[in-house]
Amino acid sequence: MRGALWQTGWRELRRYPSALMGMAIIAGLLVLALYTVIAIPYPEAVAKWRGSEAWQDNPVNAAPIWLDRLVGGDAPRTQVVASEAAPIEERVFEGGRRLRIPLAFDYDAGGFPSELNLFLHAPGHEQPPFVRLAWHTPDGREIALGGHRIGADERISISQDRALERRLGGLAPHIGLLADPEREEGQPQVLPGRHTLLLDVLAFDETAAFDAELVLYGRVHGIAGTDHQRRELSLALLWGTPVALAFGLLAAVGTTVTTLAIAAVGVWYRGWVDATIQRLTEVNMILPVLPILVMVGTLYSTSIWLMLGVVVVLGIFSASIKMYRAMLLPIREAPYIEAARAYGASNARIVLRYLIPRILPVLIPTFVTLIPSFVFLEASLAVLGLGDPLLPTWGKVLNDAQSQSALYNGYYYWVISPALLLMLTGLGFAMLGFALDRVFNPRLRSL
Amino acid sequence: MSETLLRVEELALHYRTRQGAVRAVDGISFDVERSEALVVLGESGCGKSTLAKTLMRVLPRNVGHRSGRIVLGDVEVSALPDERFRREVQWSRMALVMQASMNALNPVVRVGEQVAEPLRVLRGWSRRRALARAAEVFELVGVSTDFLARYPFELSGGMRQRVVLAMALIAEPELVILDEPTSALDVLTQASIMNALKRIKRELGTSFILITHDVATSSELADRVALMYAGQFVEVADAARFFAEPAHPYSQMLMASVPRLHQRLRPEPIPGQPPSLFDPPGGCRFAERCPHRFARCDREPPALPFGDRHRVRCWLHADDAQPGDDS
Amino acid sequence: MSSPPIPTAGDEPAHLIAARNLHTWFELRQWGFLRVGAVHAVDGVDFALARGESVAFVGESGCGKSTLARTLLGLHRPTRGEVRFAGRSLGTLSGRQLKAYRAEVGYVQQDPYGALPPFLDVRRILAEPLIVHGVGARSERERRIRTALEEVRLSPADEYLGKFPHMLSGGQQQRVVIARALILAPRLVVADEPVSMLDASVRVEILELLRRIQQERELTLAFITHDLSTVRHYAERIFVMYAGRVVESAAVDDLLDHPQHPYTQALLAALADPDAANATRLREVPAGEPPSLLRPPAGCRFHPRCPHFMAGLCDRDDPPEFEPRSGHRSACWLHR
Repeated sequence: MRGALWQTGWRELRRYPSALMGMAIIAGLLVLALYTVIAIPYPEAVAKWRGSEAWQDNPVNAAPIWLDRLVGGDAPRTQVVASEAAPIEERVFEGGRRLRIPLAFDYDAGGFPSELNLFLHAPGHEQPPFVRLAWHTPDGREIALGGHRIGADERISISQDRALERRLGGLAPHIGLLADPEREEGQPQVLPGRHTLLLDVLAFDETAAFDAELVLYGRVHGIAGTDHQRRELSLALLWGTPVALAFGLLAAVGTTVTTLAIAAVGVWYRGWVDATIQRLTEVNMILPVLPILVMVGTLYSTSIWLMLGVVVVLGIFSASIKMYRAMLLPIREAPYIEAARAYGASNARIVLRYLIPRILPVLIPTFVTLIPSFVFLEASLAVLGLGDPLLPTWGKVLNDAQSQSALYNGYYYWVISPALLLMLTGLGFAMLGFALDRVFNPRLRSL
Repeated sequence: MSETLLRVEELALHYRTRQGAVRAVDGISFDVERSEALVVLGESGCGKSTLAKTLMRVLPRNVGHRSGRIVLGDVEVSALPDERFRREVQWSRMALVMQASMNALNPVVRVGEQVAEPLRVLRGWSRRRALARAAEVFELVGVSTDFLARYPFELSGGMRQRVVLAMALIAEPELVILDEPTSALDVLTQASIMNALKRIKRELGTSFILITHDVATSSELADRVALMYAGQFVEVADAARFFAEPAHPYSQMLMASVPRLHQRLRPEPIPGQPPSLFDPPGGCRFAERCPHRFARCDREPPALPFGDRHRVRCWLHADDAQPGDDS
Repeated sequence: MSSPPIPTAGDEPAHLIAARNLHTWFELRQWGFLRVGAVHAVDGVDFALARGESVAFVGESGCGKSTLARTLLGLHRPTRGEVRFAGRSLGTLSGRQLKAYRAEVGYVQQDPYGALPPFLDVRRILAEPLIVHGVGARSERERRIRTALEEVRLSPADEYLGKFPHMLSGGQQQRVVIARALILAPRLVVADEPVSMLDASVRVEILELLRRIQQERELTLAFITHDLSTVRHYAERIFVMYAGRVVESAAVDDLLDHPQHPYTQALLAALADPDAANATRLREVPAGEPPSLLRPPAGCRFHPRCPHFMAGLCDRDDPPEFEPRSGHRSACWLHR
């Protein structure tokens, strides 16, 4: 029975396609947020984003795969060639053994990899093993890549080998090793076929393990690409959703509820209570919110929850108190309020049960449109470098993109995807909010 | 023989809403003679304000259906295009005092200027000439000419109502439509405004359509009475006839429900409620509440003639009908 | 009823509610503190209402009758004088006793739609006073709500319990307002213009309903109206108010048939019963308008408009209440 008013509201709302679309967008974002929180638990997300071994097989600044495929590209993905699958030749000798590990792979992508790294693991060796590397191309050439003494965990950046680069005629090793030597002029072309990196290992231990992993970093990666630290942007974009929604919702709820309650108290008690609230509001209205947040962030902490608290505290005596007050003043004089006084309802009951519920319907649209404005605020703070130190958020992705001159370097995906999500959030809530306004705000309702 | 000023034939106006059509005015015919006052009496929601707005063409946007003929003097005003209607009829020949319009005065313009405004717009008079005329009209409605230079908030409710009346009268219209002109006012103020209206009618020969829900007030000005119910006129009669011996059962019950000051008759309530204008009942619209209801009431009664200029929408007064007879 | 009844001081007094030299003024302040005067809304009113009596306070807008109603309800604190209920002055009641007093008086307002919170259904609206006064369990409340609805002839109750105010007609809304006023079983009901916003055909129903309940429950009913014509069958006594004072009081028939005060006479002359002859005669209306309550005129407040004005007396001295007919009081120097 009590829901009857809301039921009519819902029926009205369904008449607006924009409301349905807005709700679909919001529902989509909610599903995404929920999925993220369940699939990637918070500690895992924070730990991964802080940067770790987990990303070492990812290319740097790789575009999303679908973006490349969409424009008809054939940019290479990352290939990992591990020693486990390789046919290892082993010869044991006095005080050690010799291993020949061919890391063979077929390469026929449309472009060169972005980087070549060799990861070697030799745990438990008393004396570091020695490795000699040789690159065998499909056309039978052999390119010596030099020898290395190996620690327990070693990374050999083949791409960084300046001497090799000079030997390859000035081509970066990840290009030169895979290029077709027949084509002299113009852009180097990939020489398709089976390439092999042959590892000739001299280990001074008969049993200790040794394995190798050759990573040919691609130029595209995942659904959202990667950043300059090889991190998958999809993690930040996914986790940004619950963070943004929670921040927007909590800030909107926090400011709306407190502001409304304070405005109602002022309107109900009048006199000095109201005057004090009004003066506080006026002072607060001229306080610049963003600089204060920047100050707090710089001097104290940029924790998102602290920022949320500051936003809510600054929002308590915000200009909306004036708006709520104007809406509540006529209701204060409504006969039903007088009737409630006549049958002995307490002040608290009148404020909470009779004054506030009267303007709730008019408030809902305002509330809904308020949510994205706080999402944007959080993003703006992060862009200014005041993002949460731990959590990956959309704003922080934008901040990274900006600091790495993403647009200048042509990494458009880095800027566009978080911006798109932000816009989608704004759009969804705005579409729903404006439709709600038409439903609940009698002034806008046409017959 | 007096001359007919306004003739309305089969006027209908329906509003379009989400819930369906509201048949606010649903087939109304009547006429008003020169220097005659017709009172349209009806309960709230019967469509009487819509009738006024339809006559004056001040309608909201959601008009669904409009039909019927309105003839003022010898001009069929319902056929005029909007712009000509506005220039030639509105205000200059036919003026409307809307409900609660005394609260609609512009608070920052002196009342004299507001009253003079129509003359300056419609006739292009100079400010001085229009103000001089405003002063005349102020005296006519009983407002001191000192008030010309005052602002609305400086006037009492009764004075503001007179000012609004002056504004309606300024262009000497032949017909003034008053929608609940005194319902928000006190008894004594009401009486003195009705006095002013009576004087104007006598001195200027203006015709009036007075729309009200208050039976006692209606008798203060009425030459003729039209009783409206659910979008239709159920009875139109001379005032003497209507107040003394109303013919329609609704008229009779309404008269019996009016508390009387000087008589000891105990008023009788009318049971039930008027029907919704969304989907008015098929037959007689009053049938559900009518004590004289009989089989024939399932069909809609026409406005049956019942003596000179007297029409009643009730089968009881059909020449051939007797209660219980259904042929 | 869980709230304790108002303790009665000494013997049960003959009157349920009485006003003694009652003044309710509203101070006007400039810039929030500077006193610039006061609106003398109720300015020296005395009366006593017996148990089971129905009286009408009649006057034009701004005569102070609504302020009087609110003062009786304890919504305004008297500036001077007192309201006594069952022998106790309202000013001496503690917070708890005042709350108990609120259960003893019911309030019926003018605008039935405005008087009902639009976001609550009828069941909840009627439950509110019961909840506020801590009345019993849910089932007990439900029973009392149903009884109240039946009493105001909104039956079957089930049909109305779940409805919101906007789904009801004006008459039905006013019945809900009356049911709410009665649900705490008050001894006094104050009805402020209960029918002025209703249609003619509904007015009589509501007035009949109030009168019937008043008689059945032996309530004291203070009925406030601007319309003398609605008074005759629904009250036993009339108090005519003008500019913050009671100028005349008498039994209904006596007052309507033999008005004594010039203001009452003017009011009665201005009111018509429906009659075609009304259209042809002008009514006697005293010139001018009611005085400002900020600076009421000296002496008799009606003297600037009075046709029987006696210079040097009416504009100097306040007329006391005379009793020109038995039980018929009038504050006018004519009866000296």
